[in-house]
Amino acid sequence: MYSDTVMDHFKNPRNVGEIENSDGEGEVGNPVCGDIMKIFLKIENNIITDARFKTFGCGAAIASSSMATELVKGKTLEEAWEVSNKAVAEALNGLPPIKMHCSVLAEEGIHHAINDYRKKHGLEPWVERNPHPRDHHEDLTADH
Amino acid sequence: MGEKRIVYMDHSATTCTKKEVLEAMIPFYSEHFGNPSSIYSIAGDSKKAIDAARVQVAKALGADPEEIYFTSGGSESDNWAIKGVAFANRKKGNHIITSAIEHHAVLHTCKYLEKEGFTVTYLAVDRYGMVDPADLEKAITEETILVSVMFANNEIGTIEPIAELGAVAHNHKVYFHTDAVQVIGNVPVDVKAQNIDMLSLSAHKFYGPKGIGALYIRKGVKIDNLIHGGGQERKRRAGTENITGIVGLGKAIELATADIDGHNRRIQGLRDRLLQGILTKIPGSHLNGHKEKRLSGNINVSFEFIEGESLLLWLDDEGICASTGSACTSGSLEPSHVLLATGLPVEISHGSLRLTLGDINTEEDVDFVLEVLPKVVSRLRDMSPLYRKSG
Repeated sequence: MYSDTVMDHFKNPRNVGEIENSDGEGEVGNPVCGDIMKIFLKIENNIITDARFKTFGCGAAIASSSMATELVKGKTLEEAWEVSNKAVAEALNGLPPIKMHCSVLAEEGIHHAINDYRKKHGLEPWVERNPHPRDHHEDLTADH
Repeated sequence: MGEKRIVYMDHSATTCTKKEVLEAMIPFYSEHFGNPSSIYSIAGDSKKAIDAARVQVAKALGADPEEIYFTSGGSESDNWAIKGVAFANRKKGNHIITSAIEHHAVLHTCKYLEKEGFTVTYLAVDRYGMVDPADLEKAITEETILVSVMFANNEIGTIEPIAELGAVAHNHKVYFHTDAVQVIGNVPVDVKAQNIDMLSLSAHKFYGPKGIGALYIRKGVKIDNLIHGGGQERKRRAGTENITGIVGLGKAIELATADIDGHNRRIQGLRDRLLQGILTKIPGSHLNGHKEKRLSGNINVSFEFIEGESLLLWLDDEGICASTGSACTSGSLEPSHVLLATGLPVEISHGSLRLTLGDINTEEDVDFVLEVLPKVVSRLRDMSPLYRKSG
């Protein structure tokens, strides 16, 4: 069901944890939907020097958090803002269609953390260009 | 991976086909391959085998062989019972009653019938997943033609008061159907004593093959056909008989119902030790379903602060096969309708784990799960933003 890269980031997630006195934090998702992602950023001279996460969610949500934090490390805030959910999914060698919303969550988590930083510094928060609707799908059970 | 230890604890999803069952089936793939509808003698062997299996199934249910119809499995049986009775009794009324925790084979069939002009009442359940016969009594109207309540729930294992529910339906001269897919071999069934007019079963849940099931239809029940075509199954279910499957079903049900008490004693012993171990070793874990009125092999527990799919992935990595009521494995974003119907909060429903034990499980399997599961839960909690918040 998942690519080897997804499984690798799920089983050996990079950057798990929190950053004390982080410069930007973002929390997205909600427990009702089964996933919450919390992103912590350390920012020096407009560059993300460290990124960490805590995630409650499925394998794809954990792998997306891990990959997204990897992708934004070392980037300027402008570059990090451009890391799209597609880029996260591609870096993971693809996600099943029904799990694409996990990569969306990762993108949004990074955005929230960046805007948290901007607000703290008296800057206008950047605007989401493509608000992502959540998908709904038919269910499939294995009990018959 | 050949050496990897596999602990299979998903017997409510399916079971392995027993050796004796498979051995009974094999000759019907090769020597006795004749179509039972043909007149030459090798076809006669097939016909005899079907008759014998029908007797085996009837015996296990306390029914007459003429009341047993072979189908492709639980879903077809449920579809047939519900649509068949609905369409055949349309002039009498258009109201059907079922429960909120049915399998989708029942729920989605009812949803389909709602589009066709029928009215459906979905009975609520209590926090243990029990349907109250008094609620059924209140829900029945002049228009009610069918009540369908599952014998035992596939997710939380709750065993419903079937005989009482059937009695209520019969007092109002309403047909009573039950999806008994999970109970064969686990709960004694007696369709007459339990007031059942129709009962669905599926062989692969009790160590038989997949793709074969049966519907018991009490004599006199007015029901339309679902599969139209040839005159098989006494003109009620068309299609060349799945002879190997039917033979397997017959053998499997005979074996599964030979010593239900003995089976339950062994499985429940393992189950109870595993359940106690989980609840003791893992803080923030809760049992879902009824404490006593539950299937002997069923454990359904929720772990706070974690999500079920990631739990299953880790367990799978350790060789443990289980399932969850979390949205993420069902392919929808909603967690289990069964857990939600019991009033379990949505976020806790996402963290549910179902372990269903069966004949192949051992004391060593229980030890292994008790060793692995607490570690996996704790690993996931360590990365959960909810865990820290709640302490």
